[in-house]
Amino acid sequence: MTRELIRDLFQPYLNNEYLEKESDAAILQPVTGKIAVSCDAFVVHPIIFAGGDIGKLSICGTANDLAVAGAKPHSITASFILEEGLEKSLLERVVSSMAREIKQLDIALIAADTKVVPSGLCDKIYITTTGIGTVIPDLEQVSNGKGIQAGDRIILSGTIGDHGAAIFCARYPEHILTTIESDCACVYPLIEMISSFGTGIRFMRDPTRGGLATVLCEVTEKKAWGITIKESLIPVRNEVAGLCDLVGLDPLYLANEGKFIMVAAESISNEILTALRSHPLGKNACEIGVVTRENPGRVILETPIGGTRLLTMLSGDPLPRIC
Amino acid sequence: MNIVEALLFAIRREATQPVRLMEVCGGHTHAIRKFGIPGLLPGTVSLLSGPGCPVCVTHTGFIDQAIHLARNYPVIITTFGDLIRVPGSDQSLETARANGADIRLVLSPLQALTLAQTEKSKQVVFLGIGFETTAPSVAVTIKTALERGIGNFSVLSAHKIMPPAMAALVNHQPNLDGFICPGHVSTITGSAIYEFLAQDHGIPCVISGFEASDILESILLLIRQINSHQPKVEIQYRRAVKMEGNLKALEIMHEVFVLRDDWWRGLGIIPKSGLIPDGKYAGFDTLQRFNLPEFPDTGNRGCRCGDILRGLITPPECTLYGKTCTPDSPAGACMVSSEGTCQAFYRYQN
Repeated sequence: MTRELIRDLFQPYLNNEYLEKESDAAILQPVTGKIAVSCDAFVVHPIIFAGGDIGKLSICGTANDLAVAGAKPHSITASFILEEGLEKSLLERVVSSMAREIKQLDIALIAADTKVVPSGLCDKIYITTTGIGTVIPDLEQVSNGKGIQAGDRIILSGTIGDHGAAIFCARYPEHILTTIESDCACVYPLIEMISSFGTGIRFMRDPTRGGLATVLCEVTEKKAWGITIKESLIPVRNEVAGLCDLVGLDPLYLANEGKFIMVAAESISNEILTALRSHPLGKNACEIGVVTRENPGRVILETPIGGTRLLTMLSGDPLPRIC
Repeated sequence: MNIVEALLFAIRREATQPVRLMEVCGGHTHAIRKFGIPGLLPGTVSLLSGPGCPVCVTHTGFIDQAIHLARNYPVIITTFGDLIRVPGSDQSLETARANGADIRLVLSPLQALTLAQTEKSKQVVFLGIGFETTAPSVAVTIKTALERGIGNFSVLSAHKIMPPAMAALVNHQPNLDGFICPGHVSTITGSAIYEFLAQDHGIPCVISGFEASDILESILLLIRQINSHQPKVEIQYRRAVKMEGNLKALEIMHEVFVLRDDWWRGLGIIPKSGLIPDGKYAGFDTLQRFNLPEFPDTGNRGCRCGDILRGLITPPECTLYGKTCTPDSPAGACMVSSEGTCQAFYRYQN
């Protein structure tokens, strides 16, 4: 059965010079510079949601991890765990989504594997991808944020909470009678545009699980500086804000799959924003805050009415409230 | 000057004497902390959080009862998300689920009823918690179950009504100067249910909305009542709350439920404060259907949720707060729900 799947479904979409050799390992040509590697497992439920599916997510998610580490995605591997009885059309949709993203990113799928498990032992499809990227020399520092200093600016590449809200709507279609589109997308084209700003870019990360608040808390933890952001500057789509109000979720903690947070030197902040906004993926990019000498190790949020509150990391899964 | 600044200016000018105001709605607790309101108020105005979060006032015996059911009978337990991490005397529903119990999250009681129609070989139990805001929708669900003859659905009810608890609070907490009355509850009940607080106990009451300006205006109205020594019930949340309430919702709630003495975490047993299905709907009461024993409220060792719910201490005064009791590992119910006082303090720390 697995052989048939590979021949009839995977090969037409994904075949390339590496896979057609059907060897146990791909042999790559030498690349210049440092190599970045990232892997991620995708178990999203449901596997299809507005704006994407598990296939698109499995490519974008791993490619984004490479991109925000300052690396240009080069190639990717994928392993599939499929539940017995899975509809072929569903699998075809997922595989075709992967193929489309791979093509858009101009990367190669260099290795793949498929296993089928008995019904009930997995939720339709699980996909694990491993990405390999080549590090852009001037962006080596962006994954650890060691160069961050007081006065630096906090930049967000667009609206927050879209993916988390999309998944919530997809999980409860009989109650949330609308769909919200996920932001699932590869952010590398944006990062390539601004890579020339080099060491002025101090830090980048994609705010997936735990959202914006958790990423800011992680980067600030145990540091000699703090971060202050203004709630009124954080872009949230109306429908996402409405859903959050309705069910008691906080967009600051919802997952994003096509956004990144950047800390950049004040002197280049405006130029970076102009560049980001020139691309459709970055049209809502904005500056939301600043790195401060005050409140070391803490993230302070100024509320729209001038109050302040401390942001903490996500604890547990966000749960909808009762009333 | 925008409306928020104007309200704050007036509050700072008029709050000349110390006042202690209590909100009894989880939504208000959450909004007050989210907007960072405490830091903007003058030192004379103290905000206390009362028993306004349905999860927080639900006692451990209720959780134990649900877990007992899930373990010993072929049932599917359905529950709102907030309840799943509340610790029982031994474990939470989440732990019980990890150990194999069939416990599922739903967003509404109707979703549980739909499940009962598709899972005909099992009994589907809905854990009914919440105040007057949620009780009518559960009443509609029970009524629908009767009309459609759905025999494998029942409600384990911990539904409660708010006024008896507010009366108990006034007796427990003599230093209370005013109530910020619940907004959502009052859309159902109307404003008359609070009259006894103003008339008999001399406590000013203002029914508030949930925006920052709503809450600040309510605080200002309370301060003015206190300053003028003229306690009454005012509706600030006029765009949603009518004096008479939602008559249709009240009617169906009274048709399906009857009042009973009920246990409130931190407040103990309060006469005629809980709701259970009655009359022709009594068969949908899980307690009756399974002839379940009552489970005692064991509390959680060292947890001071009860004192926090009565406004006697603030969360940081509890020795467990932020140490062994966090949203990841809550010792008490007030740390579980996003509207619980302890979680609101912990998340917003202002």
